[in-house]
Amino acid sequence: MKKIYFTILIFCTLILKSNSNEISQSEMDILKNLRCLVCQGQSIADSNSDFAQTLKLVVKDQIKDGKSDKEIYDFLISKYGEWISYKPSLKFHNIFLWFAPYFIMFFGGFVIWRYLRKR
Amino acid sequence: MKIKIALSFAIPLLILLVFFLSLNSNKNYSTKNLVGNKIEIFTINGLNKNVKTSSSELSSNNYTLINFWASWCSPCRLEHKFLILLKSSSKIKILGINFKDKKNNALAFLNELGNPYYFSGSDIDGRISVKLGVYGIPESILIDKDLKIIKKFIGPINNKDYREILKIIR
Repeated sequence: MKKIYFTILIFCTLILKSNSNEISQSEMDILKNLRCLVCQGQSIADSNSDFAQTLKLVVKDQIKDGKSDKEIYDFLISKYGEWISYKPSLKFHNIFLWFAPYFIMFFGGFVIWRYLRKR
Repeated sequence: MKIKIALSFAIPLLILLVFFLSLNSNKNYSTKNLVGNKIEIFTINGLNKNVKTSSSELSSNNYTLINFWASWCSPCRLEHKFLILLKSSSKIKILGINFKDKKNNALAFLNELGNPYYFSGSDIDGRISVKLGVYGIPESILIDKDLKIIKKFIGPINNKDYREILKIIR
């Protein structure tokens, strides 16, 4: 009898698991990196707005269809512009944004090094 | 010494440049990159009847205005009179896409204010709205017979937009 109960329990758990709206880690990573365009400083993952709910559905659909992260981002950027992604892609117009911190770090290091050497 | 003077000018200038570029950039949602692009292929269920239409059928119209609306959206009431006015033009057809709405409420809205749409579709979960780059209601997309986007109207269509559409389709 115990075996039957145990089997039923496992069966029910598997059914519930397959029906649940569990969000995979890769899906969550994408949702966290998408900006909710109608919210104040929230990501799609954090927001419950209509726009965010729709985008969650679309991202889930695209993952189900086997699309890669890049394809999903490219699709959304083509529809809503670069602004939808929190992480901007490396392009000529934002090259300063990407490399300025490294430049400032090395330049600052050089200034400190020269100052210390003089002392 | 010369290096020091040059640096004392260059560093504040660099900081000012960074502030100027970052504060001056437009962070509003823009649809500029959608203009000239072909709309994504989609099929949509009818709101009232058990019929479907698809984006490819829109190529039989000279111009089509795809209007996203909902009965719960109050700005949609404001733009509706302009859609009714546009209906009288033979050069343009209006495809209404009812967004995340209850069917009965949507039909009551059309009964009350009139039906400007040659086809009323239902986007119950919003999937089609993403295909067309819509992020809020109301939004309208003017396309030509090649299914290319001519203009997007974010927010309710007003008198100025109405006149602009008439000018485009003339």
